[in-house]
Amino acid sequence: MDHSTIPTLLGLAWLTPLASFVAILFFGPKMGHHGKNAAWVATAAIVTSLLLSLVAAGQWFAAHPVVAVDHGGHGEHAVAPSSGTLFAAETAGHADAHDDAGHGGDHGHAAHGSASALAGDWYTLYEGGDLRLSIGWYVDALTVLMFVVVAFIATCIHIYASGYMHDELHAVTDHEVTLRSGEHLHRPGRFPRFFQALSLFCFSMFGIVIAGNLAMVFIFWELVGICSWFLIGFYSERQSASTAANKAFIVNRVGDFGMLIGLMALWGALGTLSFADTTATAADGTAVERPGLFSLVRPAASGHALQVPDGMVKFAAADDVARITAANAGGPDAAAAAVAHEIDGWRSKGVGRWLLFIAGLGIFCGCVGKSAQVPLFVWLPDAMEGPTPVSALVHSATMVAAGVYLVGRFYPVLTPDVLLVIAYIGGITLFIAATIALVANDIKRVLAYSTVSQLGYMMLALGVGGWVAGLFHLVTHAFFKSLLFLCSGSVIHACHTNDMRKMGGLAKTMPWTAGTMLVGCLAIVGAGIPFVIGLSGYYSKDAILAQTLSFSRANPAHSILFLAVAGGAFLTSFYMFRLWFMTFAGEPRDHHVAEHVHESPPVMVWPLVALAVLAVVAGWTLPGGFGLANLLEQARPAGTEATSTGGFVFGSLVYPAEYESHVGAIHATATMTAFTTALAGVLLAALMYLWKIVSPALVAGMFKPIYAFLANRWYVDELYHAIFVTPALGIASLAAGFDRTVIDRLIDGVAWSARQLAGIDAWIDRNLVDGLVNATATCTWNAGLWLKQLQTGRLRQYVMFIVVGTVALFVLASLVFRTSLAG
Amino acid sequence: MIGISGIAGGIVQPCIAGLLSDPVSVTHYLVVGAILFVSGVACMAMKRNALGVLMGIELVLNGANVNFVAFASPWLQGEGARSLGLDGQVIALFVILLAAAEAAVALAITLNFYNNHATVDIDRADDLKG
Repeated sequence: MDHSTIPTLLGLAWLTPLASFVAILFFGPKMGHHGKNAAWVATAAIVTSLLLSLVAAGQWFAAHPVVAVDHGGHGEHAVAPSSGTLFAAETAGHADAHDDAGHGGDHGHAAHGSASALAGDWYTLYEGGDLRLSIGWYVDALTVLMFVVVAFIATCIHIYASGYMHDELHAVTDHEVTLRSGEHLHRPGRFPRFFQALSLFCFSMFGIVIAGNLAMVFIFWELVGICSWFLIGFYSERQSASTAANKAFIVNRVGDFGMLIGLMALWGALGTLSFADTTATAADGTAVERPGLFSLVRPAASGHALQVPDGMVKFAAADDVARITAANAGGPDAAAAAVAHEIDGWRSKGVGRWLLFIAGLGIFCGCVGKSAQVPLFVWLPDAMEGPTPVSALVHSATMVAAGVYLVGRFYPVLTPDVLLVIAYIGGITLFIAATIALVANDIKRVLAYSTVSQLGYMMLALGVGGWVAGLFHLVTHAFFKSLLFLCSGSVIHACHTNDMRKMGGLAKTMPWTAGTMLVGCLAIVGAGIPFVIGLSGYYSKDAILAQTLSFSRANPAHSILFLAVAGGAFLTSFYMFRLWFMTFAGEPRDHHVAEHVHESPPVMVWPLVALAVLAVVAGWTLPGGFGLANLLEQARPAGTEATSTGGFVFGSLVYPAEYESHVGAIHATATMTAFTTALAGVLLAALMYLWKIVSPALVAGMFKPIYAFLANRWYVDELYHAIFVTPALGIASLAAGFDRTVIDRLIDGVAWSARQLAGIDAWIDRNLVDGLVNATATCTWNAGLWLKQLQTGRLRQYVMFIVVGTVALFVLASLVFRTSLAG
Repeated sequence: MIGISGIAGGIVQPCIAGLLSDPVSVTHYLVVGAILFVSGVACMAMKRNALGVLMGIELVLNGANVNFVAFASPWLQGEGARSLGLDGQVIALFVILLAAAEAAVALAITLNFYNNHATVDIDRADDLKG
């Protein structure tokens, strides 16, 4: 039952890529010919991480056997949510890590459904006043699962990339960059740099997953952002790539600003950013239990029901608190007691609930940026300028899923109103992105919009209370979307173009790629035999549909969400099979492209196969209950098992318990909806692109305005350009004009005045000072000239001068000193 | 003491008469020294020949020497008078020594001047004129 080594194992798995990053940073170019071995260093690091994660996962499963959740048992929770569940977020400090962890483990095993989480700090960055920033861990089943998923996908992609990036081993001629001289750009290869950034990214991603507090999440959140910037802008000489990198970074900053507001709201009111309870050592040496966010918002005493924490109530009622404190003569303790007496009353009046709403919304803002949700989704399609392995790892499977992961991790703190906002944002995103994907012709852009759309699914699932459904889809999506991206990379590698209109008929020449991509497409549309078996997407998408349907039934006002999900499923299957048919089926459209097509090397194919296998089986639940859904169920935040009600901004909301969506009628409806919509989408795609019964051009012509609207991506980029970029540029040019006309003029004027003053100074110097000096010199000169005349050169005259002079002096002296001489 | 004040008083005739009638005293020596000195100066001022000028210089120096010796002589001044001891004689000897050295240098200059100009006319010696 001792699983206290799990955080250590995961910590090592987290730090190994950092070591690889540092090694490649300093010694990259020296690693073999053109840094060829950098790939091995990075791959070895990530494989080590994978192995460590697997060991940790093994220990976790040993401590918490994954079993089928007994839905019947949950019936009690609906009545009394506190019975039988335990949310024991243990603090493993320094000395007592072992004992606490063991303690938590026992309880976790005893409880059914929820397993305990391990939490603690490795290192305190800063401690002063209430503020405590630390590098810590929060490990539950979700963390372990994410570690395995991220490490596995990253391993596949590292191996794939060592083949895909081989061009970078030599000097590269970039045909997409034309220099001013009209030649193409020649530059040295950047093989090591790619793997260096990839390693740093893995480190940062693991950091988000393992983070024990929001401050640490934020640190690594920004780190993955900068890694994404490095990797999108990998071909930094291409204008499009550097613009896309900047766009991604700036758009993410917008979201992160909201996240900072959320962090401030939480810290300002509650004084902690830690997820779990922490034990701090007070000045007198006693251990002080400091409750974390989860137990503040959902205290165990009230059965983990969501409530506005005391800190927020006091913060919002600061005036009243001050009044009571001032009026109370009994000293600070008595005043605090009086305030504490009032808190429940204030809370029931709704004081402080806006603060909790803002905090949740702020954190979600960060997730909107990172997970490319409306309105900040515009960066993700542009991010496809990066190399395809990056698109697969960073911009589809892991980093963009970090937003969904954070919403899942932060779920206990989110109020029903925030969840509704999340659901709507997700619904709008999935619909907009899916429609754009319908008409995109760039193979990677189709996948990019598909990613945005699927992220919308996850957000929507979380927003309608489908905690397991959303995160389940996150995991399955990570597998099949990275698979799809790697397949598209394989195609691009062979065709040297992204344009699907130039492809076609590749199934014959690239059977492995075509086969694995078909698996990926089937997985994403959720193919399966209803109620019997299916690919991974079948299970996760079903769960989302079922939960959304359940939510729509409970809240008829929001039944449009179910329409979005069902419509999205149809669109998804249409654009995915449109992509597959256009690329692999039929006859080659461009013989120039088709001539050179070849299957990719084994180093690129094997990762495809590995991911394809997982894309098929990831959703399965083995006899005995071992499966992703049940594993996630272990990590379900306490207090979210049962149906709950709440909401004050958007009216009263009912959040049906997730297990209810597994019940007969709802589940059957959802499954059939998913199946029929997916089938309809595939059939329509086949009609248009495989059997060519309906001409796509004709359809496009019939709905010309709509087609143009979609092909221009809903004019969102243009809209943002008009609303934000143009004014920003306008203000910039105004500022530049002000700088040039006013500030520069001012400075020029000052310089001109100084120059004039200097002119006057120079005149004084030249005429007065120099004149004085010159006059002195002239006088001396003239005196010399005059005295020179005495120097006649006649010796006898000199003698006469001497004689006459002497006599004259003698006479003079005798005249002056007559009396004395006479005496 | 007849002397300077007498001359300054412009009574020259009685002085000369006194000199010719009085016993030999310091004043007589001073007269001789003055004549020598003035002769030397006149010689320096009037001779164009460099050697003549040198001779004038010797006369001037010796005129001075006579004065030194006369003032220092206990015999002329009388015992217990304001004697200068042997200081005057010593200075006279020193002057003779200097005159010898000066004569050597001056003759050397003259000789060189002759070498360069084939003359010893000092009116021609104006090369250093500014």
